[in-house]
Amino acid sequence: MTHDELTIANPKMKAEGVDVFYGAKQAINNVSIDVGTDLVTAFIGPSGCGKSTFLRSLNRMNDTLASARVTGKITLEGEDIYAPSMDVVQLRARVGMVFQKPNPFPKSVYDNVAYGPRIHGLAAGKADLDLIVERALVRAGLWDEVKDRLGESGTALSGGQQQRLCIARAIAVNPEVILMDEPCSALDPIATAKIEDLIHELRGKYAIVIVTHNMQQAARVSQRTAFFHLGTLVEYGKTADIFTNPKQDRTKDYITGRYG
Amino acid sequence: MAIINEHTVKAFDADLNRLRGLISEMGGRAEQALIQAMSALANGDRPLAAEVVEGDKAIDALETEVERLAVQTIALRAPMADDLREMIAALKIVSVVERIGDYAKNIAKRVALMDPARSIEAIPLLTSMSSLVAELIHDALDSFAARDTELALRVTVRDKTVDDFYNSIFRTLVTFMMENPRHITESAHLLFVAKNLERMGDHATNIAEMVYYAVTGERMEERERGEQPEDGAAEQE
Repeated sequence: MTHDELTIANPKMKAEGVDVFYGAKQAINNVSIDVGTDLVTAFIGPSGCGKSTFLRSLNRMNDTLASARVTGKITLEGEDIYAPSMDVVQLRARVGMVFQKPNPFPKSVYDNVAYGPRIHGLAAGKADLDLIVERALVRAGLWDEVKDRLGESGTALSGGQQQRLCIARAIAVNPEVILMDEPCSALDPIATAKIEDLIHELRGKYAIVIVTHNMQQAARVSQRTAFFHLGTLVEYGKTADIFTNPKQDRTKDYITGRYG
Repeated sequence: MAIINEHTVKAFDADLNRLRGLISEMGGRAEQALIQAMSALANGDRPLAAEVVEGDKAIDALETEVERLAVQTIALRAPMADDLREMIAALKIVSVVERIGDYAKNIAKRVALMDPARSIEAIPLLTSMSSLVAELIHDALDSFAARDTELALRVTVRDKTVDDFYNSIFRTLVTFMMENPRHITESAHLLFVAKNLERMGDHATNIAEMVYYAVTGERMEERERGEQPEDGAAEQE
């Protein structure tokens, strides 16, 4: 495989030589990777390999930890996201995040989705906001299930519905990138399949990066897979190649269940 | 690709080892069937030939067992990378070995149709050819057991000699038939035996190619194939 085949044309985000430290401990060592809108990128690797840490550095979630320090360069559409001029709140709207446990606000379904557009001033009026909420819920594949219960609390939905509500909430502010950190690990197989189907639908509209412990899931939803181990990016390639013919022994041992 | 690391789930290794054991047993039986069929042919030993025909059932049963185990392992263990390639190779290899067993059976069946009193000069050549083919089958299966791509490559190279044997036997038998019209029926049977042996050699090559794929993840380069009598047939007609 030539390097060119793996190059992503017009990458949405570029990470170059990224190191992440927690205090004195280095969690990520010199990672460079591009993510694009046309391809879903999956990060896989054993617990503690740094994949979540790296994911969180893509929208500066690590800023919330005082001891965390990021060096190297991460750009969004060519803009350095760690530049002093970067508005972090704005950044996190452009680079949305979905977490392992669904975390809807203790508000109505409608308000959960409307929250972002409201604080970012994206809606011109009530009718406009209604439209934004509906569109986001449709895109998240949740509209048909909740259109008659928009006033109910988001926390009253099932786990899978809550997770799709969180995705709708991220979508509502028109992000460019959606980061998903183990979005299905708390869901049953049917709810998981719905999220995976949704990821498939959203591909091309947003750059999607998903961290997952479930290798079958990485194989199912992504077109590019990055294998992390001990804070380094061991192998990056087409998902089909990674799962049928990985180049590195460490990758092979991990995906065939021989790790450790 | 020596398997150094065991799987975290030990039962997976047990399944893989059982699969390899079954393929190895099946290959051993097919190789043995070929050797016995050729010995029966050379010596006019009809009871031995009947044994070979009967023994083919065991080979078929082993194929079914390997298929069942491979499908079960794919379903339950979701193998990846080299494990997955090994499953696919195993499925393809057993269907090839089953064909080899069928060819041996076909040779054995012809023994009853030959007159043991008559000697045909092509038979020693056929015996040499079959020894080489049996070796190739043996080595192809060894290369699977040992994950040995070098050995697999050598099998494909040596198959060219099998093709040379086939061409030579073809010419010998045609000449023999012209000189001895009374032996045409037997000679025709021996032509089929030669063709069967030639196909078995190709199948040994197929196994070697699957081993190469299972180990490296790449397809083997297209091998150079010897010219065969039927290759020129279209032009001559």
